[in-house]
Amino acid sequence: MKILLTYSFSSFATYVHNLLADLIINPMLLHVTEMVITGVSLIAFLVILCFFLGYMERRVAAFMEIRLGPNRVGPKGSLQIVADTVKLLLKEGLTPDSADKFLFNLAPVIMVIGSMMVIAPIAFAKDFQLYDINIGVLYVSAVSSLGVIGILMAGWSSNNKYSLLGAMRSGAQIVSYELSVGLSLISIVVLSGSLSLGDIVRSQENGWWIIKGHIPVMISFVIFVIASTAEINRAPFDLAEADQELTGGFHTEYAGMKFAMFLLSEYINLFVVSAIAATLFLGGWMPFHIGGLDGFNHIMDFIPSSIWFFSKTFLIIFIIMWFRWTFPRLRVDQLLTLEWKYLLPISMVNVIIITVMAIMGWHL
Amino acid sequence: MSASIVIFYILAAVIIGGGILAVTAKKIFRSAIYLLFSLMGIAGLYFYLNYEFIAAVQIVVYIGGIVVLIIFSIFLTHASGKDMEKPKLMSIIVSALAVVFACAFVISLINNYSFVASTNTAIEPTVKNIGRQMLSTTEHGFILPFEVVSMLLLAALIGSIVIALKPKTEA
Repeated sequence: MKILLTYSFSSFATYVHNLLADLIINPMLLHVTEMVITGVSLIAFLVILCFFLGYMERRVAAFMEIRLGPNRVGPKGSLQIVADTVKLLLKEGLTPDSADKFLFNLAPVIMVIGSMMVIAPIAFAKDFQLYDINIGVLYVSAVSSLGVIGILMAGWSSNNKYSLLGAMRSGAQIVSYELSVGLSLISIVVLSGSLSLGDIVRSQENGWWIIKGHIPVMISFVIFVIASTAEINRAPFDLAEADQELTGGFHTEYAGMKFAMFLLSEYINLFVVSAIAATLFLGGWMPFHIGGLDGFNHIMDFIPSSIWFFSKTFLIIFIIMWFRWTFPRLRVDQLLTLEWKYLLPISMVNVIIITVMAIMGWHL
Repeated sequence: MSASIVIFYILAAVIIGGGILAVTAKKIFRSAIYLLFSLMGIAGLYFYLNYEFIAAVQIVVYIGGIVVLIIFSIFLTHASGKDMEKPKLMSIIVSALAVVFACAFVISLINNYSFVASTNTAIEPTVKNIGRQMLSTTEHGFILPFEVVSMLLLAALIGSIVIALKPKTEA
């Protein structure tokens, strides 16, 4: 029982490492093998995660609209998404004649690589993190800006006016909302005094920042969720692919697996954004602790850290999916007004308040 | 040859190859994308040297900012789908000469410069140290240039707002 409770992914990782170290003597070969294993298992994890998110999205959509959703293929419709993937696999990966073939085929790859690279610094469980880079938060916001290049590339190379319009809309949207995302991330960096995601999680040992930081941190949490929904082009900010106006936006010309790669990167982005929000504001893998109440904290520690991480992440994913079926899509001018006239000034003032709070030590 | 050297040569090939393709590509949008690869290679070089902060700033500023701006201005101004005109023979010759002389100049500089390893103790390039150094008012602090640059940026911002303002129509 004791072993079961203290068991975490990190002990499994150590076990695999020791096993491999016995088999492979050359340290460099060992390193390369481990990197390959990590990469393959990460990709497998992400693909399965995207299956699950696709299914979850349909069920949540159905729930919000009081209908059943997928319910025929497999138990409760859970194999629907597998069937869809098989359908996409069998479709022809069409490249239009007048498209720029090289960039057309490169764009989905860049999108997927860009979103997968952001996974690196995320801590999935206690001591279980691919790369605790000391500029974690900055790395996340830097690498996630690669996605916009993929969208612009896809839009231009399709040689289609709808694609180009969608790409330009999404470019303008991502570039503007990046500011609010950055400022709300900075507010947590100011409080925890570190950019590394591992340190930020450890700084929440006596309570999550959303509780310790009073109302200003709640404001920046709300701003982060809104602005990052816009960053990943999800409804109500899905102007880039607004179906009614642009027949699909930047991915109008894509079919088959190339289209599936856009879907894949969209779901990975959704997961990454939620995981970052959970890590920074809700404590990542840190159990729910209240400073001083040792007995209570100890009981909370019995729930494994990975369960904490994933339940927080999926809570935020659910909220973002909820948005999609609640708010109508914004017009372009409303979109820019929301960012430049409301979110940006609010988050600037908020950062100043949080800085004062951090200097004076008013947070818990 | 160790893995580190192999990685260095791959990065160097990406940087130089991207740069050459950027100036020889027929379509201007492709040039922008090749420039992106070159800049990515430079960011990779910073990662290779363990300057993670500067690498991330390189990605934020050049890839997330400048390349996106370049692509936008191409979309807004240029017939981006058409091939660019072939340059005149004269301009090819002149630019080739410029490249040759610049290369010769840089190579001679590198050859004549004796690289002496610094004896000062290395400072860890962490964000904390960079921030302290940038905002310190002591002897080797960078507070003055930092403030001057921020004034310059502020002036540029105000200038662009003034240009973009609609003139008030006289009633």
